[in-house]
Amino acid sequence: MLIEKFDPLKGGLLQILDEEGRVKSEFEPELAEEDLKKIYSLMVLTRAADQKALKLQRQGRLGTYAPSLGHEACQVGTAFPIQKEDWVFPYFRDLGMYLTVGYPLADYFLYWMGNEAGMRTPDDLNIFPLAIPVASQIPHSVGAAMAADIQKKNIAVVCTFGDGATSEGDFHEALNFAGVFRTPNVFICYNNQWAISTPRSRQTAARTIAQKAVAYGFPGMAVDGNDVLAVYASSKEAFDRARAGQGPTLIEAVTYRMGHHTTSDDASKYRLEAEVKEWEKKDPLSRFRAYLKNKGLWDEDFEKAVQEKAAEAVEKAVAVAEGIPLPSPEDIFRHTYKEMTPQLNQQLDDLAGALKEGRK
Amino acid sequence: MISNMVQALNQALSQEMERDPRVVILGEDIGVDGGVFRVTEGLLQKFGSRRVMDTPLAESGIVGAAIGMAAFGLRPVAEIQFMGFIYPAFNQIISHVARLRNRTRGRFTVPMVIRTPYGAGVKALEHHSESTEALFCQIPGLTVVVPSTPYEAKGLLTAAIRSDDPVVYLEPSRLYRAEKQDIPDEPYEVPLREARIVKAGKDVTLVAWGAMVPVVLKASEIAEKTGVSSEILDLRTLSPLDTDTVIKSVKKTGRALIVHEAPKSCGLGAELAAQINENALLSLEAPVLRIAGQDITVPLPKAEDFYYVGPERVVKGIRQLMEF
Repeated sequence: MLIEKFDPLKGGLLQILDEEGRVKSEFEPELAEEDLKKIYSLMVLTRAADQKALKLQRQGRLGTYAPSLGHEACQVGTAFPIQKEDWVFPYFRDLGMYLTVGYPLADYFLYWMGNEAGMRTPDDLNIFPLAIPVASQIPHSVGAAMAADIQKKNIAVVCTFGDGATSEGDFHEALNFAGVFRTPNVFICYNNQWAISTPRSRQTAARTIAQKAVAYGFPGMAVDGNDVLAVYASSKEAFDRARAGQGPTLIEAVTYRMGHHTTSDDASKYRLEAEVKEWEKKDPLSRFRAYLKNKGLWDEDFEKAVQEKAAEAVEKAVAVAEGIPLPSPEDIFRHTYKEMTPQLNQQLDDLAGALKEGRK
Repeated sequence: MISNMVQALNQALSQEMERDPRVVILGEDIGVDGGVFRVTEGLLQKFGSRRVMDTPLAESGIVGAAIGMAAFGLRPVAEIQFMGFIYPAFNQIISHVARLRNRTRGRFTVPMVIRTPYGAGVKALEHHSESTEALFCQIPGLTVVVPSTPYEAKGLLTAAIRSDDPVVYLEPSRLYRAEKQDIPDEPYEVPLREARIVKAGKDVTLVAWGAMVPVVLKASEIAEKTGVSSEILDLRTLSPLDTDTVIKSVKKTGRALIVHEAPKSCGLGAELAAQINENALLSLEAPVLRIAGQDITVPLPKAEDFYYVGPERVVKGIRQLMEF
């Protein structure tokens, strides 16, 4: 068990690939070649979609956006062990998670374009809409895991959040519940060092975030969050533990927010360019690409095919999202309650009347 | 069965848990202890610790976990020990309970009930006497319910648990053991979002809810002796409001007196007065009047009576309306 070998109180950190993509650990996961290629493709797709979102934002076609650059290993590695029956509670910087579980990219774009229709999760996926209020989704994931327990379903429930979230009361309340009820939860903190302008050192005086699990009575471990194999291996173990009724796990994936907090933020105001440059060397994609190459699973043709496929999927998603009709006045009223109330009907009539007369 | 409000609520919980295996309850001290007011007495023994969960002392955790349970397919009933302690959960209520249906266009819903005792008049500790129902009435997506009798309490809680929308169910602690009533043994629903005409009358409409209903009843008896006939409305659901019943009554009587225990400014009385002005102005014989708590922090027990609305203040209001 990895969690036994990487004690967070002793500063343990799992890294399987070094920055050149060489295997430097005995814990290289056993993944089929097809799965390795799939993970790489998902990481490429995540980056392509992320970059497209930034472009769309600059062109005024998409609203304020929280970029995922640098988080591809965290997001895809965390999500890869998810099975159909599992439940997922992501936060607002988790594009790779959504793509890995099969969420339509068009819907993801649609949400950031400002249309709630993009948050209507497909019926066959158990993934919550991303949570904006920081850490508020963590208790939901614990409740779902408690419900799974009550209904005797052997599933895992995964919840992701950033380092800033670990300062919130909801983080504490949720992880405390998880420990007490021994829920099948997988908690993954993408510790990207920055919560807007607040550095990790201002979030906690604890040496690691992973060690917080110790106080809640369950295991925690830190991993290199730019090493997709390390993230996958720890995540897989946490999922297995959850499904086997062994309780929750907290994983701290140590990474870096390469972009601004959102498109409304300017990170140059509060952090040094040199720090960003340092982390560029640890890029999760190039590291994994080198690993695949070393294994004989990567060549230029493969790269070209993966990039082309990603670009195609992204363009198609944009076209679909932009082709979806604007919401109607009814759309903004009809999901407030199960049935429309007399007040809502009246207000909808008022709005419809005003629109008819060309007023707002 | 002769029951007080506590027993009536207990019956509703027990019967709904029997009827529907998805119903679970969670909160502080609700299991072994049966709740600090004994509303959940005996349920742990009957349904076991999987469905009756004593939780850590964490209100946001309780409500937040209940959201996950509800989305997963359960019907959780979360108890917050006192309304004064509900505020740590306010973010969960306003940001998720109330809006998950909307933000997922109906894919995920939150069929849950948040029960909590509230209100003054029981000589309680600090933070145990406030009435902040209006805070919840401003939140789209929530249904806010207050019972005023044991019969109403059982039927409304049953309906709340069966509702597909989230319900904030406020229990007037002053009424928990104030009255006993013969209520049906079998489960029954009292409809949500419908006000109750407690007593028909012709001269003035008195609008109240929760612990103010018996106060208003008493006042109307006194006023009756001077020949004033009051129509009494118990709102039962504070949001979404049953405006029609209020307007219909005011159009008939021409006078409206709203009585609430919460602070006057921006209280629900203000909304009711606005609705009456918008919809029944020409029927009014006098301006709409509010009798309410002062805009102060509820005093500790030694001075609580200065704050609490009693029948005399209501009678004075009725007289004022009749003499306008």
